[in-house]
Amino acid sequence: MTDLYAGMRADKGPLIPRNREIHPDPYDPGYKTSVARSPNLPLLAMESGQSEETGPTFGHSKFGQYDNNLILNWNRGAAPAVGERIMMHGRVVDENNRAVPNTLVEIWQANAGGRYRHKKDGYLAPLDPNFGGCGRTLTDENGYYQFLTIRPGAYPWPNRGNDWRPMHIHVSVFGHSFGQRLITQMYFEGDPLINLCPIAATVKDRASLDRLVAPLDMAHSRPLDFLAYKFDIVLRGRRQTMFENRIEGM
Amino acid sequence: MVQKLETLIESASQTAGPYVHIGLMPSYTGNGQIYDHELGHSPIEDGAKGEIIEITGEVFDGTGWALRDALIESWQPDAAGNFPGNEGADPAVSGWCRFAADADSGEFTLRTVKPGKVALRGGGFSAPHISLWIVARGINIGLQTRIYFEDEDNSGDPLLSRIEQAPRVQTLIAKKVADGKYRYNIRLQGEGETVFLDI
Repeated sequence: MTDLYAGMRADKGPLIPRNREIHPDPYDPGYKTSVARSPNLPLLAMESGQSEETGPTFGHSKFGQYDNNLILNWNRGAAPAVGERIMMHGRVVDENNRAVPNTLVEIWQANAGGRYRHKKDGYLAPLDPNFGGCGRTLTDENGYYQFLTIRPGAYPWPNRGNDWRPMHIHVSVFGHSFGQRLITQMYFEGDPLINLCPIAATVKDRASLDRLVAPLDMAHSRPLDFLAYKFDIVLRGRRQTMFENRIEGM
Repeated sequence: MVQKLETLIESASQTAGPYVHIGLMPSYTGNGQIYDHELGHSPIEDGAKGEIIEITGEVFDGTGWALRDALIESWQPDAAGNFPGNEGADPAVSGWCRFAADADSGEFTLRTVKPGKVALRGGGFSAPHISLWIVARGINIGLQTRIYFEDEDNSGDPLLSRIEQAPRVQTLIAKKVADGKYRYNIRLQGEGETVFLDI
């Protein structure tokens, strides 16, 4: 899609208000932990200001050569992680379909058996001595990012009697404004557990949930090496500026 | 039929889950070896101009229990009210910090410089404040709120004056407990519920 309005605006206006309808319900009894952790009272809505329109920036100097390679980063290249090798890649854009360059994307996930490297995870599946489970990268000038990792396993979790998480990768994105801050999860095309998952089901709008499901992307798979999954991320955009400054008294 | 809009729809949020520290604060869970530099340790470097302050608090759920797994990010300007990247901003203030509730006590601590008041688009100022973004298992979309300070002039702040129920303003105001030390608790739900923002 071309951006028909590029150049006509600087996107320096306020952030476009969030459409809460496409986001999960904060209170959702199907996901039990949300019951006592969701506000009862309405959110206070206001137009954004500098506090929301500015945000942290990150320099390349802080990043290491293996940071976006979860197959190798735990042991700095000494031995690869066990599992189905995949590339997760895509673009970060905003609601105006403008690329979000040089922004931080962080991911974390379970290993191929469905076990996290976390003191609170006591699942039967063993830890992989060669897998840490997190990675990070900056988008390039076109908003593009990529990670090499292994496909995480599904795993059971204590919620209702027999709930399982579908295979998923957690994704944290910054954008250029603190008000764009977003954490989401990437699911995998064809996973039958998506439709049984109470966390996926917190998103009531089906089309919105479908946009979190990454398709298998054979064109970007590397023969004899890895499969690819494409996951584009859309962050909040900002309004154009032409009429943002009100004339005194109007 | 009508013309097609070119705007896209924001990606839906999903909970950060119980293992958010793996991804965002690996050293918190003993995985610090993975990166040479962990991001967001401190919003300031040595030499930051202004008053260095420490804010401690807890994040309570609707039953009054302090979350042990909450992760918080803060964003703020320097002591003069300039955000990093703006002209004249203090180079020792990165403005952004990541911190977590203690896994045993649930208490968090933010050590930073006290921010200055912030110029508004239409003229005037916001009272000095720090923006917060809170995520955890059971929080389906990150919660936005702000820390104001009881020893600052908050009277003309446009956000605080938008809060209809006057006592609720207090939920956003850090209480001074000693020189340079403040207490700020967050209540996700129920009595004394923090004012959360859609901004």
